[in-house]
Amino acid sequence: MSSYSVTEPSRRQKWVAGILVVLYALITILPLVWIIGTSFKTPSDAIAYPPKTFFTPTVEGYVNVFTTRTRLTEEQLRAIGEPQTWYDRLVRKDGLVISGPSRFAERFTNSMIIGFGSTVLCIVLGTAAAYAFSRFKVPLKDDLLFFILSTRMMPPIAVAIPIFLMFRSLGLSDTHAGMILLYTAVNLSLSVWLLKGFIDEIPIEYEEAALIDGYTRFQAFYKVVLPQAATGIASTAVFCLIFAWNEYAFAVLLTSGNAQTAPPFIPTIIGVSGQDWPAVAAGATLFLVPVMVFTILLRKHLLRGITFGAVRK
Amino acid sequence: MAQIRIQNVRKEFGAFTAVRSSSFTIEDGEFFMLLGPSGCGKTTTLRMMAGLELPTSGEVFIDGEEVGMKPASQRDIAFVFQMFALYPHMNVRKNISYPLVSQGMKREDVRTRVQAVARILKIEHILDKPVGGLSGGDRQRVALGRAIVRRPKAFFMDEPLGALDAEFREHMAEELRALHNRMGATTVYVTHDQLEAMQMGDKIVVMNHGVVEQFGRPQQIYDWPATKFVAQFIGSPPMNFLDFEGMIGIGGDSIDLGGIKVKVPVSREGRAGRLVLGVRPEHVTFRDDSAYRGRVRAVEYLGTTQIVTLATGHGDLKARIPSGHAIREDETIGLDFDARTLSLFDAENGKALLSEANAGVLGHG
Repeated sequence: MSSYSVTEPSRRQKWVAGILVVLYALITILPLVWIIGTSFKTPSDAIAYPPKTFFTPTVEGYVNVFTTRTRLTEEQLRAIGEPQTWYDRLVRKDGLVISGPSRFAERFTNSMIIGFGSTVLCIVLGTAAAYAFSRFKVPLKDDLLFFILSTRMMPPIAVAIPIFLMFRSLGLSDTHAGMILLYTAVNLSLSVWLLKGFIDEIPIEYEEAALIDGYTRFQAFYKVVLPQAATGIASTAVFCLIFAWNEYAFAVLLTSGNAQTAPPFIPTIIGVSGQDWPAVAAGATLFLVPVMVFTILLRKHLLRGITFGAVRK
Repeated sequence: MAQIRIQNVRKEFGAFTAVRSSSFTIEDGEFFMLLGPSGCGKTTTLRMMAGLELPTSGEVFIDGEEVGMKPASQRDIAFVFQMFALYPHMNVRKNISYPLVSQGMKREDVRTRVQAVARILKIEHILDKPVGGLSGGDRQRVALGRAIVRRPKAFFMDEPLGALDAEFREHMAEELRALHNRMGATTVYVTHDQLEAMQMGDKIVVMNHGVVEQFGRPQQIYDWPATKFVAQFIGSPPMNFLDFEGMIGIGGDSIDLGGIKVKVPVSREGRAGRLVLGVRPEHVTFRDDSAYRGRVRAVEYLGTTQIVTLATGHGDLKARIPSGHAIREDETIGLDFDARTLSLFDAENGKALLSEANAGVLGHG
């Protein structure tokens, strides 16, 4: 005899749920597997039809994404002698030599600086604003909060032209500072609203207890409120980073030589010598790593963060 | 340790006045209860003493020093919150040592002090546990520990037993009182529970609608309430009120209750019109030959005593009598009131009339 429970799902329900989760996981993971797979293929394997599930892996794509290469004549090749390193040997098979590093590392660094820079700024400003909105009597509080939210109501790219002109006259075009400011401005409304929700959930008595215990308001804030808000801060940071990291349109429009981030750079790899899909895939794979690491590091907070406040303790 | 005095303190939140012009003095070492129904301004008064709210006007003195506008951190006081407000990201030891750390005390000294406090509160075994998993009583003890560890000038407690279940509350109340007797620290305690106030307090202030209704020792307040509100708020069941039209002159010692003469303490005030006779349930006795009669409507059995509800010509009345008497519903009984204990109130403003009996307590005669 099987017992029936209202809250506990039945075996069948568990199976169905399990299958749905696995299916969903497959659908979301497939593009990732494809990209990572392609990054280890040779250019001809990459475009083979039907697609090759099993292939001999090569790191050619990764070498190509970090280097620029030149085709030399037989004579010239003989003149420079045997290749010295493993990556020299790898490109020599195709009659190429490495002529120098590509700008990928530099673009990647730009992405790191701009992505993490704007995330940090967003969290610092967002936490301060959210705390003030949550705890103090701010005149016109509701209107201000709505105004902040309204900046999010249209796609940011809709204001691309005014921003482009503004950046040009302010000298912010193609600078790290400019891009950090821009992404911060776009993300700040999200960050203020999310963090305000989290801080509202922290009972004010904790701060009052700290005030009584002899701490100043600011000490109470960073010793008591901040540790409590860590969950909220972590999940907000992930959202901010993902946006700034993946942003493409503004990056194309506002950056070129100096502060270009990885997203607009990766597609340019295609044109260097034929359609080098493995190199593009290698660039994309490497590009995924920082966000992945960051999210995995914060995943404990993230899960709590998303459900935070849903149930009162 | 310190005397605390508040003078004409007033607090407005926008258009709402939470506390209007309160004044009273808490003597050094007293266990002082701020009692009243919710929304009466007792918590606001406490928070103004602690520095968590700033008064709109008026003065707060701690140890003779005016601190009304000083932040909480500079008042050298401790506060126990109703929900305890233990720092959830720290373990018990850290919670208790937190106020000492803010003073920059040396680490070994902090350790000894925390250890000593833990011994007093019998929480040595949980010092290194996180506060999350503690029972209500243990949380309460940790909150107390955090309060007493720095030996402040005064303790402020905002319904500290409110979050505990009834059984445990009793026990904690005893512990708190014992702790107070041991340390002799000035303590201000907010509660809406009149039993708790009477049980633990050296003195009680009863507040209602932001106004101090009465101030005194528990028995004074119980025996000689200054207003109808106090009479009704304190005591369970509360004081009975018999409304009547009548008069009493200065020096008068009886009233006319529906044609029946009832003796009362010698009055020092004359009043005519709508009056209220206040009788505590335990001061009602049943006497067959009494002219004043009531019909039994209900009987509640409470073990050693029983509460009998009677319908009289002036409204319902509850009597507390030994449970030995067999009382039947609908039977009509003669009632007698203990003349030395009666209070008369003016029905218009609810204030007690001064008499020989209550003048010593109500004082303004």
